[in-house]
Amino acid sequence: MALTLFFLFALIAVAGAVNLLIQRHPIYSALSLVTVMGALAVEYLLLGAEFIAFIQIIVYAGAIMVLFVFVIMVLNAGEVAGEPRSRIAAFLGLPVLTLLGILLVSRTAAPFAATRLGTGDYLVQTAAVGDGLFHAYLLPFEVTSVLFLVGVLGAVVLAARREEPKRQAKAAGAK
Amino acid sequence: MPAGGLRRCGRYEMTTLAFFLLSLVKCLVVLFILLTAVAYIQLAERKIVGRMQARVGPTRVGPFGLLQPAADAVKFILKEDLIPDTAHKFLYVLAPMLAVVLALLSITVIPIGGDITLFGVHTALQITDLNVGLLLILGVTSLGVYGVVLGGWASNSKYSLLGSLRGGSQMISYELSLGLSLIGPIMLAGTLSLRGIVEAQRHLHWFILPQIVAFFIYITAAFAETNRVPFDLPDAEGELGAGYHTEYSAMKFAMFFLAEYVNMITVSCVATLVFFGGWSGPLFGPALLVAIEPILYFLAKVFFFLFLYIWVRGTLPRFRYDQLMGFGWKVLVPLALANVMVTALVVAWR
Amino acid sequence: MVPLSYYLALSAILFCLGIAGFLFKRDLITVFISIELMLNGVNLAFVAFSHALHQLDGNLFVFFVMVVAAAEAAVGLAIIIAVVRNRRTLEVDAASQLRERRS
Repeated sequence: MALTLFFLFALIAVAGAVNLLIQRHPIYSALSLVTVMGALAVEYLLLGAEFIAFIQIIVYAGAIMVLFVFVIMVLNAGEVAGEPRSRIAAFLGLPVLTLLGILLVSRTAAPFAATRLGTGDYLVQTAAVGDGLFHAYLLPFEVTSVLFLVGVLGAVVLAARREEPKRQAKAAGAK
Repeated sequence: MPAGGLRRCGRYEMTTLAFFLLSLVKCLVVLFILLTAVAYIQLAERKIVGRMQARVGPTRVGPFGLLQPAADAVKFILKEDLIPDTAHKFLYVLAPMLAVVLALLSITVIPIGGDITLFGVHTALQITDLNVGLLLILGVTSLGVYGVVLGGWASNSKYSLLGSLRGGSQMISYELSLGLSLIGPIMLAGTLSLRGIVEAQRHLHWFILPQIVAFFIYITAAFAETNRVPFDLPDAEGELGAGYHTEYSAMKFAMFFLAEYVNMITVSCVATLVFFGGWSGPLFGPALLVAIEPILYFLAKVFFFLFLYIWVRGTLPRFRYDQLMGFGWKVLVPLALANVMVTALVVAWR
Repeated sequence: MVPLSYYLALSAILFCLGIAGFLFKRDLITVFISIELMLNGVNLAFVAFSHALHQLDGNLFVFFVMVVAAAEAAVGLAIIIAVVRNRRTLEVDAASQLRERRS
C-alpha cells in the first residue's frame, strides 16, 4: 500500500520535473514545480513528517511559488528566443547528466537498499519540532530571523523604482 | 501489517476496504449537502440584502423564490461557454477548477459532531481527523491564491490582470494575520487537530473569551481572504468590471462563485470550531434528540457566521486598495503578534 | 515498506533534473526555478534519513532549508526585476557586457 502510494507520487514528482524542463513559458515551469512540491509533500507524509509536509505546502508552494508567479505576471515574461544552442551542449550534456544521475543513484542510494521504512514507524509530533527548534537549534532559528530581515530590506531596495532621473529632468526642464 | 486484516484507521479498528468505502460515502454526503447549501446561501444572501435595502429578493421562481437556485443552475449550465481567443487556454480552464477543488478540500478535516453509530458502524462525524488539521486549512488557503492569480492572468485582459494582482496580494497579506491569529487558540488547546481544539473547549471554556482579540483579527482576515465586502475590491463590480473573473462565463464563472461560497462556509466552520466550542451546547431531552443536538448547535453557529457575512455585505462600504493593504500589514499583523506573545506568556506562566 | 534507497533515488533524480534545468535553460526565472527543484530534492533526502535514523534533526534541517530558500527567492526575484528593468530581456546570456571581446 505504501509502496503503491510512493510510486504514484514519485511518478508525479518526476513528471512535474521533466515538464518543468520541457515547457518554454516560465509560468508553466513554475506550476510544474508547484506540482512537484505537492507530490513531495505527500512523500513527506509517507515518511511521518506531517508538520514539514504542510509547511512545504503553506510556505514553499503557497508563498514562495506565488511570489514566482507574481514576478512572472508583473514582468510579463514570455518564451525567451535566443541564439541557437551549441551542438556540443546538446550532444554531451544529456548523456553526461544521465551518467551523473546513475552514479549518484548507485553510489549514494543503492547502499541503503536494505533499510526498509514503514509508514507508521516514526511519526514526528509537531510539539517535538517546536521543542527542537527552540532548544537545540535556537541559535540557527534566531540567525534565520536576522536573515529574513536582511532579505526583506534587500528585496525592497533592489526592486524599488529609482525616482531621481525624473526629478532631475523636471528640474532641468524648469530652468 | 496484514493487507486484509483489521488495522487502526483513524480512531477505530476496521479493514482498509471498509475505511475506504466509509470515507467515500462521507465525502459524497458532505459534497451533496455542501453544494445544496451553497445554492441556498446564495439565495439567502439575495433575500437578506434585499430586505436590508427595503426590497424583497427573488420571489418569482417557486414559493418565496425557493426554486431560484435551481433556475440559476440551469442558466449556468445552458449558457454559452466562452474562451477568449487570446487567453492562455490551459490555465484559463484550470483556474476555476483549482479554486473549487481547493475550496472543497478543506471540508475534509472539519468535524461536525462527536461520534455516531449508524447501521452498526461506529465512526466520527468527520471525514478525517488529521493531527495537523488546522495546518491543512491554512495550506488550502495559501494555495487558494493560485485560483485567483491564474484566473486573472490567463484571461489576458486589463481588468482581469489588475483584479487578480490586487486580489492575490490582498490574499497573501491577510493570510499572515489569519495564521497568526489562530496561534493563540492553538497554544491554549495544545494541539493542531480540530477535534482536539474542540475538546479543549469542553464545559463552556470557549476560546472566544480569552482570545477575543484573536477572534476579531481572524474574522477580519477571513473576510479579506474570501474577497468579501468590505475587502472585495478584486471583484468589485462597479470598479474593475468584475476583476479577475471578468472574462469568465457560464460554468467556469459558476465554479468561481461556488469556490467563494464554499470558502465562506469553511471559514465559518473554523471560526465555530476554534472560538465557539464547535458542537458544544446544553443537551436536553430524549436520547434521540441528544444525539442530534450537537449537530444542530454546530449548524446554528455556522449559520450565525454566514448571516454575519451577509449582514456586513449589506452594510459596509468597500476599502480602497491602499487602505486595505495598509490595514493588513500595519494593524493586523502587529496586533496578531502581540496576541501571540501575550498568550504565550500566560500559558507559560500557568 | 519502502526501501530507503527508493527515496534517495527519487531525491537524486530530482536533483539531476534540477541541474539540467539550471544548465540548459535560457531564461532567468526558469533557471531560478530549477534551483528550487534542486533544494526540494535535497529536502526529500533529509526527511528520508530523518525517518530511517529516527532522529528529528533531519526535519529541523528541512525547516531551515525552506527558510533559506524563501529568503533567497525574495532577494533573487528582486535582482531579476532590477535586471529586467535595465536590459528588457530575461535571457541568461544578455548580461554579458563585461565579457571580453571575441575577435
